[in-house]
Amino acid sequence: MARRNVFDARAARERCRTYRRRILDISQQVQALHIGSAYSCTEIVDAIYHGLMRRNLDGTSPDTFVMSKGHGCMIQYVILEAMGVLSREELDRYCKPNGRLGCHPDYGNPGIEASTGALGHGLSMVVGMALAERGRKTDGIIYTVLSDGEVQEGSTWEAVLMASSLGLANIVAFVDNNDFQSLGRTSETHPSFYPLPEKFAAFGWETVAVDGHDSGAIFDVVSARKCQKPLMVVAKTTKGKGISYMENVPIWHYRSPSPKEYEQGVVELEKAAS
Amino acid sequence: MRNTFSEALYKAATANPDVYIVVADISPAGSMAKFSQQYPERFINVGVAEQSMIGICAGLALKGCQPFAYTIATFSLYRPFEMVRDDLCYQNLPVTVVGMGSGVIYSTLGGTHHTQEDIAIAGALPNMQIIAPCDPAECTQATSHCATQKKGPVYLRIGKAGEPNLTEKAVDPWVFGKLRYLTRGSDVCILSYGVIMQKAVKLAQAFEAKGKSVSLVSCHTLKPLDVDGIADALARHKHVIVIEEHAPQGGLAPQTKQIAWDTRATCRLDTFTLQDAFIHNYGSHDDLLSAHGIDLGLISARVGLA
Repeated sequence: MARRNVFDARAARERCRTYRRRILDISQQVQALHIGSAYSCTEIVDAIYHGLMRRNLDGTSPDTFVMSKGHGCMIQYVILEAMGVLSREELDRYCKPNGRLGCHPDYGNPGIEASTGALGHGLSMVVGMALAERGRKTDGIIYTVLSDGEVQEGSTWEAVLMASSLGLANIVAFVDNNDFQSLGRTSETHPSFYPLPEKFAAFGWETVAVDGHDSGAIFDVVSARKCQKPLMVVAKTTKGKGISYMENVPIWHYRSPSPKEYEQGVVELEKAAS
Repeated sequence: MRNTFSEALYKAATANPDVYIVVADISPAGSMAKFSQQYPERFINVGVAEQSMIGICAGLALKGCQPFAYTIATFSLYRPFEMVRDDLCYQNLPVTVVGMGSGVIYSTLGGTHHTQEDIAIAGALPNMQIIAPCDPAECTQATSHCATQKKGPVYLRIGKAGEPNLTEKAVDPWVFGKLRYLTRGSDVCILSYGVIMQKAVKLAQAFEAKGKSVSLVSCHTLKPLDVDGIADALARHKHVIVIEEHAPQGGLAPQTKQIAWDTRATCRLDTFTLQDAFIHNYGSHDDLLSAHGIDLGLISARVGLA
């Protein structure tokens, strides 16, 4: 078993384009799927699964991923599908009466390590998981992605405080900092929310800011961490990234595209491949 | 009870390296110091941060550990309620949420420190199990059970300190999910649980002094409730009495009434609960109970002993 220390950013870009297209296709089967939220963290979740998490020969990993911003789980589903953990048939039944995959990840489904959806729960569970790894003297790393809105939850800060106070250097967390929540831009509704990295640093975390759509940079900043403290990667992202009419438009937090909008999205994603 | 809880947990932690306790700025007395010294990496104090207490326990359990969350009952169940519901019950994880000083035991601290509705609230959650031992000996058995069971979350409702042992001569052993007869009679059956069982014992003695044959029963497992056992008690006795330190809704009393209706029981059934009210009263635990109407004199009059 060896850590993957080589990450092909070009291949990551192509994977991410494919994932966005798969999500866009699924959007035509259901009323809603948090497409903007999935697109904003596509490169982050891809880098975690395909670059940062180590793999055993049988495909399992000593590391764990928790999608704390559970509403972004569509990107997790399509990656798990591409990895063969979830079947195509399973994903085709997304949010349908005979399916088991819903808008938020459910523990017990293949590849899902914790149930999330209500915000502010994930990081405390991650702290518990990291404690268990340490208690068993195993070297598993717990990766998680939080939304920026989720960081407003007091419970998130309880966990931030505990992770550093317990010295859990086996936690790598990302904030998907797309600057949007339901009622508008976070920077407008909560200007005191910023700057973010300094807040986590003040709570005893190693922190770094990165372009959340630069797969290579994401991999590099995590690979370069000092491993003395939990790491918080504040990733600047664009909600709805990849399809022009979705970018920074709040309605795409939840809406599915019309057939016409779908066609335009397909064209844009195809163009990105060339 | 908290001392025996500590002893039992220490033993469980010695036997199983996956047993953890996560406390919120309060610690069981007695041997918990031994636990924290012996197993510091498994004694986690989150401080005044109860939401993370529950979430951390969930994370530990997701990795196969057997964690206990521990603080005063209102802060272990009410403050982090959504974490209890989503992280523990929805994921069905074997985490024990210990509610210490439950009911109105904290009689001088006011309503903020009372749990009058905890059985109803915890009982409404799918997958949640509820155990409320009546004395230190039952607390030991309940704690050992919680430390080894893998079925799902448990709300372990315990007292504080100084409770007498009431079950040394019990007819039945402690078995999870089953009524436990401490004495077995044929005329009157008194069902109770938790610290208030001490009043049930005195009431039983008063009945016996009047020549009645009395069954005294510890309903230590509130969920899953031993419905068949209660139906049997209703069928076998002429007079059944429920005494509980809990609101009138969602506890043992209304469930016993429901079973009585469902089974067309013909016995006399009297129930005594806390009031559906915040009572701004202080004093001893007994004083608070009396203010709620759980007073031996009042109960005796109601059940025909006076």
